[in-house]
Amino acid sequence: MTAVPVWRKRNRREALTVWLGWIAGILLFAWSWKAVSDATMWVFVADAHIQAADMLSRMVPPRWSYMERLWRPLWDTLNIATLGTLLGLAIAVPVAFLAARNTTPSRAFARPLALLIIVSSRSINSLIWAMLLVTVLGPGMLAGIVAIALRSIGFIGKLLYEAIEEIDPTQVEAIQATGASRLQVLTHAIAPQVMPALAGISVYRWDINIRESTVLGLVGAGGIGLQLMASVNVLAWPQVTMIFIAILATVVASEWLSAKVRHAII
Amino acid sequence: MSARAWSPPPLIANPWLRRGLALAAAAYLLAAVSSIEVNWERVREGLDRGAAFVASFARPDFVSRWGDIHEGIVESLSMTFAATAIGIALALPVGLGAARNLAPAPVYALCRGVIALSRTFQEIIVAILFVAMFGFGPLAGVATLAFATIGFIAKLLAEDIEDIDPAQVEAIRATGATWPQILVYGVAPQVMPRMVGLSVYRLDINFRESAVIGIVGAGGIGATLNTAFDRYEFDTAAAIILVIIAIVMGSEYLSSVVRRRLQ
Repeated sequence: MTAVPVWRKRNRREALTVWLGWIAGILLFAWSWKAVSDATMWVFVADAHIQAADMLSRMVPPRWSYMERLWRPLWDTLNIATLGTLLGLAIAVPVAFLAARNTTPSRAFARPLALLIIVSSRSINSLIWAMLLVTVLGPGMLAGIVAIALRSIGFIGKLLYEAIEEIDPTQVEAIQATGASRLQVLTHAIAPQVMPALAGISVYRWDINIRESTVLGLVGAGGIGLQLMASVNVLAWPQVTMIFIAILATVVASEWLSAKVRHAII
Repeated sequence: MSARAWSPPPLIANPWLRRGLALAAAAYLLAAVSSIEVNWERVREGLDRGAAFVASFARPDFVSRWGDIHEGIVESLSMTFAATAIGIALALPVGLGAARNLAPAPVYALCRGVIALSRTFQEIIVAILFVAMFGFGPLAGVATLAFATIGFIAKLLAEDIEDIDPAQVEAIRATGATWPQILVYGVAPQVMPRMVGLSVYRLDINFRESAVIGIVGAGGIGATLNTAFDRYEFDTAAAIILVIIAIVMGSEYLSSVVRRRLQ
């Protein structure tokens, strides 16, 4: 008597591969956890819940009166994000046109260079850029603005060049057929097609930049992060709570604004 | 009468609104730019240092601090793997609970609350709190990254589940399957490919973040990098940044390969 074959999702080889994958994953996790665990002082972790409760009890109520000293840092934070986005935009747009396959002047030289700029800007977090710029330009808003700009180039450049590559070529041909110069093709055929995408990307990046500029002060690059670092260093937890509330309100407001603007554009 | 050249229509039709917005933007820009205080003396001094830093990318020094770099990178990687695994394991129930078509209203509200909480604050701010709780070291980093992973994965998983084809779920239910069986045979196959792609993507993000949270004492390569900058050891800093870029590019390539194979 032969057994009735049961339906199986995978054949034997696939099942084996999946199991090997799981085992490799678990081994990797075990190794990682051991490395983390070895570097941890478990004595300090044992009373973490007491620390947390203690911290929480110190954090509430927030020191509301501290708010009056936060308006200026918040204004700085906003400016870092906005000016950084604008500066990033100014550099990212030409880079994107150099990187897009259909607009680049030379595929052999300009395109790889532009892609390299985009990749290296994207792989480095804005805090690392800020750390670097603080040692070069000195602490302050300028370092923050440049850090935000450098990080934005990769983000805006990548999304914009993908948008440029997806444009409708017939419109470009139509403008070329009128005898337009290269520049006129750019302004009358390509720009109108990518403008909505560019506006959406910029507002989106501005929203991200607001979040990032709230913490740039941790490495000395201006904004409300400076107050945060100062308050954490002296363990002034009620002030820390107040700063968290201010950051939260700013982030929520900027997210709402960016959603509104993107909705209006698209 | 001279012929007027055609010009494209303006974005905002109402001329008053258009000019008003332009004026407001110009006024803001003026106020914003004037609020920057720059110490040009310091900048001039710093530019030499900047040039030295750029030059040091041509001759990065992997050797003299190799012990520290190696240790930092291994710590970053182990933090990344551990946090991603823990974060995803915790994100699965939260994501299921945050899907409108599976969860009852109170569970839905709770899970959405968890997601919003985890997504609001920057990793580095969360890291400050966890360092205060757990002490310095990679455990605080793992907790931070796992916490951030929960919000990211759970939100996307919930959206994915809300978009699934209900017919397949109904077909499984019609066979008399229990709730866990419905999840495994009706829901999971529909969201799995994208979930694997997202997990790999999050692994990539977690590594980048692990390079930063060391600044506030949460372990990883960030602390090594911060020290290198503080000591003006630009050759070492350049080496660390190059290692970070190489790993990020490698993992980005890997995740794009994985995602392409799954689709």
